[in-house]
Amino acid sequence: MDFSLKAMLPEIFLATMTCVILVLDLYLSDRFRRVTYLLSQVTLVFAAVFAIALWDNHFVLMGGHFVSDKLAVVLKTSVFIVGFCIFTYVYDYLRERDIRISEYYILALFSMLGMSILISAGSLLTLYLGLELLSLPLYAMVAMIQRQNTASEAAMKYFVMGALASGMLLFGISLIYGSTGQIHLDALPVAINMAEQPDMLLLLGVVFVVIGIGFKFGAVPFHMWIPDVYQGSLSPIVLFVATAPKIAAFGMLSRFLWDMFGAAPETWQSFILIMAVLSLLLGNIAAIAQTNIKRLLGYSTIGHVGFIFLAIYAGNFAAGAFYVLAYALMTLAAFGILVVLSQRGIEIEDITDLAGLDKQHRWLAVMMLLVIFSLAGVPPSIGFYAKFVVLSALVDAHVAYLAVFGLVMSAIAAFYYLRVVKVMYFDEPTQTREITIPHGTNVLLSINTLATWVLGILPGGLMAICLLLY
Amino acid sequence: MLSIVDYLIFSGLMFGIGTMGIAINRKNVIVLLMCIELILLAVNTNFVAFSRFLDQTTGEIFVFFILTVAAAEAAIGLAILVVLYRQRNTINVEELDELKG
Repeated sequence: MDFSLKAMLPEIFLATMTCVILVLDLYLSDRFRRVTYLLSQVTLVFAAVFAIALWDNHFVLMGGHFVSDKLAVVLKTSVFIVGFCIFTYVYDYLRERDIRISEYYILALFSMLGMSILISAGSLLTLYLGLELLSLPLYAMVAMIQRQNTASEAAMKYFVMGALASGMLLFGISLIYGSTGQIHLDALPVAINMAEQPDMLLLLGVVFVVIGIGFKFGAVPFHMWIPDVYQGSLSPIVLFVATAPKIAAFGMLSRFLWDMFGAAPETWQSFILIMAVLSLLLGNIAAIAQTNIKRLLGYSTIGHVGFIFLAIYAGNFAAGAFYVLAYALMTLAAFGILVVLSQRGIEIEDITDLAGLDKQHRWLAVMMLLVIFSLAGVPPSIGFYAKFVVLSALVDAHVAYLAVFGLVMSAIAAFYYLRVVKVMYFDEPTQTREITIPHGTNVLLSINTLATWVLGILPGGLMAICLLLY
Repeated sequence: MLSIVDYLIFSGLMFGIGTMGIAINRKNVIVLLMCIELILLAVNTNFVAFSRFLDQTTGEIFVFFILTVAAAEAAIGLAILVVLYRQRNTINVEELDELKG
């Protein structure tokens, strides 16, 4: 056993710096509010560097409660990079509206600390604590900005659903503990194999935990909060809620279903399949009827979660990891553009708010086009390659009918994605307005958007990393 | 002496009441918060009972963490409730219907 805390450096650094920023912010006058932002960015950069430095090692700390392996490094680094991009995109939005800027960064940092702990969980206890540290700042964040009348309603729904999900997860954990007497993820497979056949208590526990995971991902039938939260809160908050927590949720799913129950896939496969099929169906069909762009992207998220779950069902966790990273990259760009577009008192809410974007700002329209095509899965974007990997995993697992089903669903998805493109390019703008993007944001957003296509054309590197994880 | 099954039935009932309360309740948001607490208490009962019958302390330690987190969770829930009441002048669940589609 290794007692050095080196492997926890990203978390320790993040926790310390977040507390420092929290206190420092109290003493800053409004003129120097930018310092909070810069410090948060520096913190994320260093946390990412510390995380990458752990790449080659496998650490087990704190009596097995904390694990740092390749999976943890990749997911943590992605979370920090995503966080860095989010902060850059939202800075001008928050400053222009004179919204309490610092709280946003501090809550987001705390939430990212939770994600980091969740990803590195070595036991069910750390898993639970990480999950709660992830969720609690998010509830506060959704309720934080009261510009929109709907924010508090969205926050309430999110909170009740999230708390119910953690309750279910905990109940499942308690049953698993009761039937095996273990809470360590690595000790559990042994305990399970010792019993000749899995007993009912254990099975029931797995069902509850999978339900909890489904809630956090927003898979049907536990999706109710996603559209409401996406529509009800402001774009910068949706930008955060939609991207980074999904990566962490994949970490949780992978820790639980691969590390712990990988040896007994029959215990969870059928539930994952049901959730995958329902998510694909409902997510893609309900999205057709939407007029609110954020709600539309919410339903499309549900559809993407269906794809991730299909990969998990096929037993191909590497494909799932690739899909979740691709999804995070695309959603980051999509909501990033919505955040950048919401300026001078205008909030992008409905699809029609994007009308004639091509005439107002050509490059933004092109970027939105690229991202939407990538979300729809047009080759050779990353969205296409991610779907391709999942579908070929399904064919390899001899469930070709599921691959066909997934294909039909992405064809339906193309319809509502293309409608957004049509509105951007062929509809007349309702009002003339000037859009200015700060230089730094523009560069980062462009890199982000182009990455969704470059990584689609050259997916080898990212895919190789994902394959190393399992 | 009570057997482990008695404890499980008790906690199962409590969990059921909590979940059904969230599903059925149409009147008051505070009742939702109470139901969430009830679910967590059911979990705690489970952990302590298992811990006792497995002759370990792991479950009991777990309960301390759950209690702490539950307190933080309740604090955030009540804070959101206050914000909601200020904005809407109501905490009726049925009137939380601006977001749908």
